[in-house]
Amino acid sequence: MLTARTDNQHRSQRTPALGLRLLLFAGLSILILVIDHRENYLDAVHRAIDVAVHPLRVVVDAPVAMWRLIGETGADRNELRLENSRLRAERLLTHARLQRYSALEAENARLRAMLEARTRVREEVRVAGIMSVSANPFRHDLVIDKGQNDGVYDGQAMVDAEGVVGQVIETGLFSAQAVLISDPDHALPVEINRNGLRTIAVGTGEFDRLDLPFLPNNADVSQGDLLVTSGLGGAFPAGYPVAIVDNVTRVPQEPFAAVSARPAAKLNQIREIMLIWSIADEDDPEPPE
Amino acid sequence: MTQDRAPRRLPVVACLVAALMLAIAPMPDWASPFRPDWVALTLIYWAMMLPRTYSIGTAWIVGIVLDVAQGTLLGQHAIALCFVAYIAVKFHLQFRVFPVSQMSATVFALLAFYQFILFWVNGVAGVNVPAVTYWGPVITGAMIWPLLALVFGGVRYRARS
Repeated sequence: MLTARTDNQHRSQRTPALGLRLLLFAGLSILILVIDHRENYLDAVHRAIDVAVHPLRVVVDAPVAMWRLIGETGADRNELRLENSRLRAERLLTHARLQRYSALEAENARLRAMLEARTRVREEVRVAGIMSVSANPFRHDLVIDKGQNDGVYDGQAMVDAEGVVGQVIETGLFSAQAVLISDPDHALPVEINRNGLRTIAVGTGEFDRLDLPFLPNNADVSQGDLLVTSGLGGAFPAGYPVAIVDNVTRVPQEPFAAVSARPAAKLNQIREIMLIWSIADEDDPEPPE
Repeated sequence: MTQDRAPRRLPVVACLVAALMLAIAPMPDWASPFRPDWVALTLIYWAMMLPRTYSIGTAWIVGIVLDVAQGTLLGQHAIALCFVAYIAVKFHLQFRVFPVSQMSATVFALLAFYQFILFWVNGVAGVNVPAVTYWGPVITGAMIWPLLALVFGGVRYRARS
């Protein structure tokens, strides 16, 4: 074996350099780790490498996207008709609900003006697809096909048709990574829609469960309560449905009740999400158009 | 010398890129805890077989790219791969003559070490991951090694001829 022999000859010279190289690169890694963990000086580097990685994501995503496309073009006519009629019915329902929305919005604006509440928030929503790319093995997350180029920013809120999904944590140029509300490191300020009781919903690592660990035993919470975002903390706009309380256990000697809730969004089967841009109109009660 | 080495690079780089793609390829939820560490496995093989061309520097670069691709802390996989590559290069003469079963066991140990570094970095950075999830890739990685070594052996043979 040619390579083996030449390697043998060079071994004595190479071995000390190897240890030195390990020291060098490991030191460099630790330096980068500390900087990346604490500061954001490395964002530019991150973005540059991310642009290089993007083609890999596209290639990995391609077969699944193609499969979906084939599925859509080859769909049965009957199936399409059924889906069409279902969507029509759904649209009718949502439209009926929306009819009252504009009246309510006007009323809300009037009441706010009376209370002289200055901050009004307009929201802009755009749809993003989810790439079939699995990302961080240590998190509950997903990759969306919109990035900095489309105005996505770190910390941006994402919802789907049913409720809150998560927030963007890492923005590349053409794609972004987002953490789901079910991630064990994610906590979300919520309030109970029925009575405005505020608390925090913490992810558990399971797609269908959130914990509410900070509710005292005598808190007014019961099964079936809808949790909506409270807007505190600033990342999520107020009023989006998050989860429905499905279990309340009160143990008398414990200070807190064990409350868990089921996320409104089906976190493990979403294909599209909506990104929310909050635009605050600080001093003008009317939105400037 | 350079003429001898130049044509060898492309297949190995292709292997590493393929490993990176497999590392971010979609998997069903039940299977993703058992995704082998493709990049680590590929690097172990090539660092062992061509230690002068692919060693710690390659490991570091690939690690940084993997960190960006997976969105982990920048440098986390890089440092883990550096240590693994160091061991693979340091003992490559012993590893090369190991029979398959013994090599699989060695790979098991290397992957466990790799996951330990990832675990350690996660711990220091305060990323919350249940400790059991680190074992899946180690076990599947060691199981898939004989097959992977066969495939890479084919690549190496073709690249040389």
